[in-house]
Amino acid sequence: MIMQAFNGISLGSILLLIALGLAITFGLMKVINMAHGELIMIGAYSTYVVQIIFSQYLPATMFDWYYFLAIPTAFVVAALIGMLLEFTVIRHLYGRPLDSLLATFGVGLILQQAARSIFGAPNVGVQSPGFLRGGLEIIGVTLPYIRLFIIALVVISFLALAWFLYKTRTGRKIRAVMQNREMATCLGVSSRKVDTITFAIGSGIAGIAGAALTLIGPIGPTIGTYYIVDAFMVVVVGGVGMLMGTVVGALGIGVFNTVFEYWTNASMGKVLVFALIILFLQWRPSGLFSLQSRSLD
Amino acid sequence: MQSFGARLLERKWLFIALILILIIMPFFLSDFRTNLLGRYLAFAILVIGLDLLWGYTGVLSLGHGIFFGLGAYIMAMYLSMESMAGAVPDFMMWNGITELPWFWMVFSNPIVAILGAIMVPMIIATILAFFIFRNRIRDVYFTILTQALVLVTVTLIVSQQNVTGGTNGITGFSTIFGYSLSSPVTQQILYYISIGCLVGVFFLCSLLVNSRFGKALIAIRDGENRLRFSGYDTSMFKVLVFSVSAGIAGLAGMLFVTQVGIISPTMMGIIPSIEMILWVAIGGRGTLIGPVIGALLTNSAKTFFSETYPDFWLYFLGFIFVIIVIFLPGGLMSLTQKLKQRGGKHEKQAVSTEGKETNHSAVG
Repeated sequence: MIMQAFNGISLGSILLLIALGLAITFGLMKVINMAHGELIMIGAYSTYVVQIIFSQYLPATMFDWYYFLAIPTAFVVAALIGMLLEFTVIRHLYGRPLDSLLATFGVGLILQQAARSIFGAPNVGVQSPGFLRGGLEIIGVTLPYIRLFIIALVVISFLALAWFLYKTRTGRKIRAVMQNREMATCLGVSSRKVDTITFAIGSGIAGIAGAALTLIGPIGPTIGTYYIVDAFMVVVVGGVGMLMGTVVGALGIGVFNTVFEYWTNASMGKVLVFALIILFLQWRPSGLFSLQSRSLD
Repeated sequence: MQSFGARLLERKWLFIALILILIIMPFFLSDFRTNLLGRYLAFAILVIGLDLLWGYTGVLSLGHGIFFGLGAYIMAMYLSMESMAGAVPDFMMWNGITELPWFWMVFSNPIVAILGAIMVPMIIATILAFFIFRNRIRDVYFTILTQALVLVTVTLIVSQQNVTGGTNGITGFSTIFGYSLSSPVTQQILYYISIGCLVGVFFLCSLLVNSRFGKALIAIRDGENRLRFSGYDTSMFKVLVFSVSAGIAGLAGMLFVTQVGIISPTMMGIIPSIEMILWVAIGGRGTLIGPVIGALLTNSAKTFFSETYPDFWLYFLGFIFVIIVIFLPGGLMSLTQKLKQRGGKHEKQAVSTEGKETNHSAVG
């Protein structure tokens, strides 16, 4: 039972990391970024590249430390590509959520194919650092260090994001634009700049998620698509514009998924979670938490 | 009104010309190419329903692969039962199942199978749409949920391998209603049946969008809240349209499987579902004829490219998505209008900006 709960939280924390970026970009810009999964893939591959560089050019004793360089690298690379994406494609699609969905899906296909051309279609393995081998034993169950490390990584990323959004000047601007774009613009906030920054951050977080996924299993060009639909479910359940909603949504879906899968099997678990989400939306049509507003959109 | 009528007439002639070309095509093409074209016709039928939903009502579904697949699977079950004559298919035998499960037996009757291929997708679509639209859940959420439906259904089909054939799908049919499926004559007849269905569906949908009901659909797309405040139950309209388009998708799936001879989960997954949307976008949403042309053209291009440069196709697909959505939201159909206007009267801004207007908040 503890194991199930732990696995649920572990899955939920990964979903959270992926959904955070989606929730922000959707809440702020009403843009559905289907290429988010490919940004995860980019994060994963940049981790792979960092690992290769370490194993080839640096002494073996240094190897374990590659991961600490890989996380920021994944963040920066994904953020830069996200910025480029915002500048070239998404900029034209504000206020057209369904169109943004289609265009970013196209971008996703291009990125996937590009990864296939560069790294080859088969999955590649990333060797996890030595200090993450083994696990922690508590009351008879073994909690793998890798999973614990990922949970810690998610918590740190989440706290950093929350601090950024609620305690810094830029974060305040982001929240202002999220709540009322016109009014914020009237008061001198450059919504263009805010959009770019936010999109870059959302993409960067996807990059970190990609780096985390390399610890769990091999990575391939379509790694993002496995998680992206679930991450969208988190956004639907959690509501947009509130970090808390995303947290509860992610952990909820993670835990229910694991529990249902434990009771039945992997595919029935998915069906049950989907049914549960539809039922949940009968009770809360706009998600668990959402910004209260009188405007009708 | 005059210009609207003229445009309609023009579209009608375009459609008649297209159908005539399709009718004479088998005389020029090899049997293999005719069969390919027949598959594209199935897709062309599907996109009419999708256009009704997205182009006219403004509801984007990424789940039509499922309805298409359900229609195809039901027909495939019937065909394989006809071919096996009472025995169970190979994959069931390997899994030690000696008797056909109930949801196979139901479709052993051809009429039930044909009706089922259309009705089952409609029923599923109605249930899903009812629960989502009832609560005025945002359209974007609906789109995401339809995509989740695809993922869930595909996982389910793959995992229930012993009764669905898993990733391999269902194949190995020999006859349809007693006629051999491998004979070119049967395939040609199926090709003409597909054309017949295309004409029928197109005609029905044209009637629908030109009626008062169609006007309500366009009103939902352009300002749902205003329509709701005028006393219309917009949710039920959306449920109905979604269900109709799912039924059309089921019909298309049925025609598809008879001409291809196999249905597997990869043909109904996330990528095929979204490709269907692309056909609508390329042809021009909200025109009915546009998507038909889009489906035929894109699929021909896909076959051509995947025969010559398979790697190139995904890049091409991706770029087309981006370019169409950003620069040509009205698709190919708007291109002809744009050219006409530029050449003729210099009427600026008259070009349909339908795609852009829909999402602005109607009431502040």
